[in-house]
Amino acid sequence: MSRPENAVALVTGASKGIGSAIAKSLAADGWAVAVNYRSDEAGANAAVKAIEEAGGTAKAIHADVTSGDGKALLKQIEDDLGGPVLALVNNAGVARDNIVLQLTDEDWDVVIGTNLTPAFRLTRDALRPMIKARYGRVINIASVVGPRANAGQSNYAAAKAGLIGMTKTIAAEVARRGVTVNAVAPGFIATDMTADLATDEIVKAIPARRQGTPEEVAAAVRFLASDDAGYVTGTTLYVDGGMSA
Amino acid sequence: MANAITEEAVQKTVYEALPQFGVDEGDITREATFEDLDVDSLDLAELSQIIEDEYGVALKGDDVGKIKTVGDAIDLVIQKGS
Ligand SMILES: NC(=O)c1ccc[n+]([C@@H]2O[C@H](COP(=O)([O-])OP(=O)(O)OC[C@H]3O[C@@H](n4cnc5c(N)ncnc54)[C@H](OP(=O)(O)O)[C@@H]3O)[C@@H](O)[C@H]2O)c1
Repeated sequence: MSRPENAVALVTGASKGIGSAIAKSLAADGWAVAVNYRSDEAGANAAVKAIEEAGGTAKAIHADVTSGDGKALLKQIEDDLGGPVLALVNNAGVARDNIVLQLTDEDWDVVIGTNLTPAFRLTRDALRPMIKARYGRVINIASVVGPRANAGQSNYAAAKAGLIGMTKTIAAEVARRGVTVNAVAPGFIATDMTADLATDEIVKAIPARRQGTPEEVAAAVRFLASDDAGYVTGTTLYVDGGMSA
Repeated sequence: MANAITEEAVQKTVYEALPQFGVDEGDITREATFEDLDVDSLDLAELSQIIEDEYGVALKGDDVGKIKTVGDAIDLVIQKGS
């Protein structure tokens, strides 16, 4: 089955970094894109401008994924962009790193509450129009951290491993309706999130000996969102220069 | 706008929805069980959505879990909607 003509993609946390690259990549593939942001309006507007200049369709959508009504957000996007959200990319994420002995309840709650819970809520709500259309793509941005250890990130690892588990089960639940649910697990990607890390040290442990780019992650998302990936569901695609190999 | 809930209307909605889940039209009766019709939990969840869109009646998972026959489903909508 091929993508309905008026299909819209929602990318959460698309004002910068990986999300911004995903928004541009999906737009280049013909999706009308809702570019969600929380605080960086200028970043979201820049992504929209780049998409429009390349001949695509996009709109900046302000929403904090940790609060608010997912159904209302999806309805607003449908009204603004003229079609149902048939691709949902749960990308918004934060890190609050600390060794477990020093990790506060707040660090835990913020990371689970931003990286995992909103992905569940938005997926549940977006599945409605997808099931109706007999077409849908849900892509959760996980991480190599989760499936594997990374000292200082127990909260983040729990959220990302949770995303992968959720991905598999929801994929099995809705596969018969033409809806695929997959995860993409980036390795060490050059964005604001990783800007303060000791790049040289980390890169030594990556088989590819370099950081990845947001565009390389976006290419994987673009594939999973495409008609060509219609039989790919419940899987996790690692984009990590061999880190998890 | 939600449509008016009458037994006839709800029955029509349910009867028209079931073939989308692969049910043979000829097998649909009020007495037929969802088990016999091979209608599973995903199908019932989608049927609930169709009902909600059409009549504005939200059927909860608990309620839907209890219904066994096509007639039960129709009766539940009428009961919830009145
Ligand atoms: N960079 C890496 O190496 C790496 C590796 C593996 C996985 N990842 C994952 O990839 C995703 C993107 O990361 P990134 O590196 O691109 O991070 P980033 O540059 O820090 O960008 C994070 C994005 O998430 C948004 N965001 C944060 N909280 C939000 C909320 N409550 N509601 C809506 N949007 C929110 C931010 O929006 P505003 O700026 O508008 O507030 C921003 O657009 C995350 O899920 C991250 O865990 C990254």
